[in-house]
Amino acid sequence: MDKPVLEVNHLKKYFKTPAGQLHAVDDVSFAIEKGHTLGVVGESGCGKTTLGRTILRLIEPTSGEIYFNGEDITKLKKDNMKAIRRKMQLIFQDPYASLNPRMSVSEIIKEPMIVNKMCSSKKELDEKVKELMELVGLAPRLVNTYPHEMDGGRRQRVGIARALATNPEFIVCDEPVSALDVSIQAQILNLMMDLQEKKQLSYLFITHDLSVVKHISTEIAVMYLGQCVEKAPTEELFAHPRHPYTKALLSAIPVIDISQRGKKPELLTGEVNSPVNPVSYCRFYSRCKYACDKCKEHSYELKEISPGHFSACHMNFTGEIE
Amino acid sequence: MSRRNAKEETQIKSRSQMASIWMRLKKNKMAMAGLFMLLAMILIAVFAGIIADYDTEAIQQNMPERMQTPSAKHWFGTDNFGRDVFARIIHGSRISLSMSIIAMAIAVAIGAVIGAIAGYYGGKTDNILMRFMDILLAIPPMLMSISIVAALGQSMVNLLIALAIAYIPVFARVIRSSILSIKDQEFIEAAKSCGSSNGRIIFKHIIPNAIGPIIVQATLAMGATILIIASLSFMGLGVKPPSPEWGTMLYEGRDFLKGAPYLVLFPGGAITLAVISLNLLGDGLRDALDPRLRN
Repeated sequence: MDKPVLEVNHLKKYFKTPAGQLHAVDDVSFAIEKGHTLGVVGESGCGKTTLGRTILRLIEPTSGEIYFNGEDITKLKKDNMKAIRRKMQLIFQDPYASLNPRMSVSEIIKEPMIVNKMCSSKKELDEKVKELMELVGLAPRLVNTYPHEMDGGRRQRVGIARALATNPEFIVCDEPVSALDVSIQAQILNLMMDLQEKKQLSYLFITHDLSVVKHISTEIAVMYLGQCVEKAPTEELFAHPRHPYTKALLSAIPVIDISQRGKKPELLTGEVNSPVNPVSYCRFYSRCKYACDKCKEHSYELKEISPGHFSACHMNFTGEIE
Repeated sequence: MSRRNAKEETQIKSRSQMASIWMRLKKNKMAMAGLFMLLAMILIAVFAGIIADYDTEAIQQNMPERMQTPSAKHWFGTDNFGRDVFARIIHGSRISLSMSIIAMAIAVAIGAVIGAIAGYYGGKTDNILMRFMDILLAIPPMLMSISIVAALGQSMVNLLIALAIAYIPVFARVIRSSILSIKDQEFIEAAKSCGSSNGRIIFKHIIPNAIGPIIVQATLAMGATILIIASLSFMGLGVKPPSPEWGTMLYEGRDFLKGAPYLVLFPGGAITLAVISLNLLGDGLRDALDPRLRN
């Protein structure tokens, strides 16, 4: 096994709110190897986006460690952090909001290179822009267009080109396709997978779309209210979901199969609990159909139930839930 | 090949945002009328020395020709010292326009810095700066200018300072609010994630996106400053006679209102035209810059 590009240990991010501590990310640990993709899934408000931003230190973590190529970046000073930022980039969800409307495509792609002083001459810079545009499949004639003149797919390609401008090793993809329509989603996903192969990139892929995550990820982490409740290689997770929340999530995927008609999906009832001052035991307790009194005796812990497959449900160990 | 590229480039460039704003402004007849009036006034102010000599016609007393009604020789007539009213008005436009432009430039520059710092850094910085601005804002610009001129003494420089101080909080507020709406957008976060400095983010990403409301506000405020300059001069707190200032001319002409109404009619008309043209242009710009009307 290779040394992981990114390793996150017990990462926590709490926000202070008037009502109390909001546990946006609570004790999340994982590692991503070179050229691999960790998919992070979960419903809205479960802390996926905060997790991505915290890893890049756009939001300062409350506690925990983030190792990038073996170096703990949570303690780095501003100047050293700038060098690391080159190697860690971000692709945004909304290609309409993530591009400065007053900058042309070439200016947008140039910016990271200018800021990081990567090119010595203007000519070299223009050359790089051309290369990057070709890499992400943008026609050279678009070089002077403005974001509002392009469609969503092209804008997202510009966003990807900007992220690639600094030759990163690791990219946080924050729902990069959820704002696009389905035909363009596939194009962008395939582009990202091609780029991953070419450049040996590692992705942290945040999404709520299970079919997307199945397509792109090598490993999947399921999040619920700031905690990682189940983590397993993609095929294993889809074949044998163990945590009750994952089971419910997967059963909600529509199936095109007439024989499955009439089979009720395992739908969840009730609302998501508030992430402000959450309970100390399983946070899924109030919505879990398997919940029992014993659940209240166990605090959160992600345990390995089979090689590579982790779950936070205590009943997975006792064998009560298969 | 290169020529074709260049042609393509200009074609693409011509559809930039500035161009589309100009297209929308052009459709607005009232705004264009305002723009032309303003441009005409600026041209007259620039070439005032060629149209009428300052010393001999606008300042020097010429008693034999006093109190003449408008004629071919003296278009707007002459005043009680025999000075040509037309010459005085065009030279007066120099004072009004240049002073309001300079005052606005100072107010926008200082207001932009204060507003940008307050909006971008937020928290305590924001609170302290904006509460200070609130104190200034609590006093109407007119009253503020009167008290500053009264305190510092009557001179053009003091009048400029007074106008600038009176309008700094207005611009600080406008700029702060547009920065607040911009700074949480994702492209700012994108700039941060690639390591851009705060200064670069403010000047490269935030200000260009916040410039629209500032231009509108500055145009409208310029009209208001022209009025304030005239009012202060009318009260004897602004530009000193014999300088040909529109407000001063109104003050001097008021004694002859019954017999020679043209002495106040023309300076008053000049003030009105200047203010109206700026307001029309400002309104037109606001509509042209409104993102909801983008097509």
